[in-house]
Amino acid sequence: MTRARKRKIEGVIAMALCTIAALMGLFWLVFILGDVLVHGIKALNMDLFINDPAPAGVEGGGLRNAFVGQLMITLCATLIGVPIGVLGGTFLAEYARGRKIARLISVLSDIMVSVPSIVIGTFIYAVLVKPLGHFSGWAGAIALSIIMIPVVLRTTEDMLRLVPWTLREAAFALGAPYYKVIIQIVYRGASTGILTGILLSIARVSGETAPLLFTSFNNSFFATDMNKPIASLTVTIFQYAMGPYESWHTQAWAASLVITLSILMLTVIGRLLIKGRLGRR
Amino acid sequence: MALQFKKNPADIVFSTTTAIASFSVIIFIIGILYVLISESSPAIGRFGIKFLASTDWNPVKESFGALTNIYGTIITTFLSLLIAIPVAIGIAIFVTEISPNFLKGPVGAAIELLAAIPSIIYGMWGLFTLSPIMSKHVEPFLKKISADIPFVSILFQGTPMGIDILTASVILSIMIIPFTASISRDSFNLTPPIIKESAYAIGATKWEVVKNIVIPYSKIGVFGGIVLSLGRAIGETMAVAFVLGNNHRIATSLLDAAATITVTLANEFAEADNDIYLSSLFYLALVLFVMSFITLAIAKYFLLKAERKYSR
Amino acid sequence: MKTFYKLLFMAVMILSFAYAEAAETLNGAGATFPYPVYSAWAYDYNKITGVQINYQSIGSGGGQRQVTERTVDFGASDDPLKPEQTQKDKLLQFPAVIGGVVPVVNLENVKPGELKLDSETLCKLFLGEIKYWNDEKIKKINPQSKLTHSEVTVVYRSDGSGTTAIFTNYMSETCPAWKEKVGAGKAVKFPAGIGGKGNEGVANYVKRTANSIGYVEFAYAKQNKLNHTQLKNAAGNFVEPGFASFEDAAESGDFDPKKDFYLWLTNAPGKDSWPIAGATFILLAKEKSGSNKSVVKFFDWAFKNGDNKAKELVYVPLPASLKDKVRAYWKTNGLQ
Repeated sequence: MTRARKRKIEGVIAMALCTIAALMGLFWLVFILGDVLVHGIKALNMDLFINDPAPAGVEGGGLRNAFVGQLMITLCATLIGVPIGVLGGTFLAEYARGRKIARLISVLSDIMVSVPSIVIGTFIYAVLVKPLGHFSGWAGAIALSIIMIPVVLRTTEDMLRLVPWTLREAAFALGAPYYKVIIQIVYRGASTGILTGILLSIARVSGETAPLLFTSFNNSFFATDMNKPIASLTVTIFQYAMGPYESWHTQAWAASLVITLSILMLTVIGRLLIKGRLGRR
Repeated sequence: MALQFKKNPADIVFSTTTAIASFSVIIFIIGILYVLISESSPAIGRFGIKFLASTDWNPVKESFGALTNIYGTIITTFLSLLIAIPVAIGIAIFVTEISPNFLKGPVGAAIELLAAIPSIIYGMWGLFTLSPIMSKHVEPFLKKISADIPFVSILFQGTPMGIDILTASVILSIMIIPFTASISRDSFNLTPPIIKESAYAIGATKWEVVKNIVIPYSKIGVFGGIVLSLGRAIGETMAVAFVLGNNHRIATSLLDAAATITVTLANEFAEADNDIYLSSLFYLALVLFVMSFITLAIAKYFLLKAERKYSR
Repeated sequence: MKTFYKLLFMAVMILSFAYAEAAETLNGAGATFPYPVYSAWAYDYNKITGVQINYQSIGSGGGQRQVTERTVDFGASDDPLKPEQTQKDKLLQFPAVIGGVVPVVNLENVKPGELKLDSETLCKLFLGEIKYWNDEKIKKINPQSKLTHSEVTVVYRSDGSGTTAIFTNYMSETCPAWKEKVGAGKAVKFPAGIGGKGNEGVANYVKRTANSIGYVEFAYAKQNKLNHTQLKNAAGNFVEPGFASFEDAAESGDFDPKKDFYLWLTNAPGKDSWPIAGATFILLAKEKSGSNKSVVKFFDWAFKNGDNKAKELVYVPLPASLKDKVRAYWKTNGLQ
């Protein structure tokens, strides 16, 4: 009897500890998000989106340039990274399926996903910025796309693998060449999954700071020319948070709020998409 | 098996394009390595392998060593894992075994949202919010309760500043909890229900099932997840750059400022004025790249091994 | 998917070409310390002329490197390059604004500006040789203050910075032991104390730690209402940090255009000079005469119209005589 009791008590304690752990995880999330929300919402106003930065001591400055710059860099990174990632994943899952090289590239991509992003920034600085003689939005976009490619590549590979082989065989039997089968049948079957991967990779890169510092640099003015330095939210946050003025800190909080909410939204949409798809099955 | 279909010229074009796209990953890795090695070659030539064992970091005398940075990296990652692992496994157990079904989704999603928050936000939050809390409440408390315990008190010597190893480790641990938790959860989920049900049938409690069946069954996967988070923690820059100080010393107290490889890079990359200084920083980046590469490769090895085990 | 792509592509095309603006942009990078004043000037200048001066604070060393590698139109640095260096890298260099570094303390019973220090005590404090505040050497120059037997905590900058360069340069110049043991530079190996990141970090540490001493840029000392000290200057007078003593240091400094203005304002000889002052410099690539002319036009405008703005942000404008020298330097190099 006592032994059974002991077992039961031990079980209850262990389960309680696990619940506490889960609550702790939730606590941090609420704490961080709440803090960003409370600080950010105070500074959130229309000026932030329609004005460009004003120097310390001048009222009413905004971060329009950084919002637009961030969008452009991310957009260009997506345009470069997504096709390469999707095509690369296609190679692994289709043409090189089961071969050693596919395994190797797949493992290397998994490792690339976690390579410190500051290293990628210095790499692009050495190959793109220094030889060309100027910082540019493109350099930043390419740095981000390098981070994106392995993410998209791996999800595409996984998603294409989920498409049943028999589906392809059916198409082959009709005499369709492989590339047509991939584009018209396999991609269609895996489109939701691939889209999720793309969304998540966008979420991943839009929070990056380190690879942008020495590539897209920053710009205090409104600029949309990708051949020139261009502003980004993350670099601006980094600069403002370290600065001496209270007004900079509040703007950094507001920018943090906007960027966090957008990233979380992308993540949630991605999750819902994949859930909806799996749910339908 | 796919090759025999490749007759069509358009197919050849398409397959070549995909091949090039996927080889880009290899090209990037080689490119990054090449740039790091060529930029750091002056420092490698001057300091050689001793760079790794020297604690000297003196820009004026142009004498550089990586040991303080490596030490800082190891101690912060170790501490953060110490905090994160129990919490993460607890979360995974909660989500897979305890939580009622309607809570599983939301709790899991919330934990994954934690992973989606950009690291610069963690850094800023750490500097403005967590650091004052640590210095005013948490650290004095730890100092007080550890004061009479020999050896432990050494860990909490010094003035509580909130910009130190402890704060940085706490932030890092919050960042890696989601990784460890979600991989552990996925591994736990792979335990065949039949085994669990048989254990319940002979009267095992929930905890006994977790302890004696789920954890042993999935330990390789969980271990891989832990090593993966380790790799993440090693490479994290922005979250710790704000709260670690930047102190090239072998610190014995958790309340001392320290420097990790990433923090040194972030703090000094822009200010390096002479060539050997800059080259030493690239050497540091190379060390970091190799360190995280090896860690991640190990993680991958275990995760693949786990995958193979479960797919049998 | 395809239409999605087409839309994305079109959006980028429109954004990057249709908007291609006519505005002239000059990119500059470097020292963090003058960032607020340069960006304030740039803001006003843009309103008047439409020219965009995009200055980004990436650190003095970064400014030197980026202009040497020709990735920016101008660089900025708190520590001047030697004439040999500017020759080698084909750079032009001139001062733009004056600043100063101020020792700050956190001592009970001591009012702001009350504590007097000279180069010897300051040096020994930062070397860790003076361990207690009631040391004989400090007491001797502060006979009436109530210093107690409390341990000194030194706070220094842990990241590389122009502030540290100016401070350590002063120490090396006035204190042989410092020169031998530590030396001068943007990042040095401090023998004692705790490191704070950035001016803010040092300011926070000093504020929170009793019996501490640190050094920060004057603007930060003023904004954070830190307890500054007086210092004995080269002429033997105790002076307070402020616009007057910085200006005096700048005026007494013998900036030589032939040496590309290479000069440390530390330990300036003037009667009322603050001993740890320094100018912050602009670097130009010699061969880029087109963009150089525009950069010079901007600074000429700032010299004429920017003094009040600078003072508002707690920076010291160059004295009129120095401005004339800089203008002459521009003329000789064909930039004006």
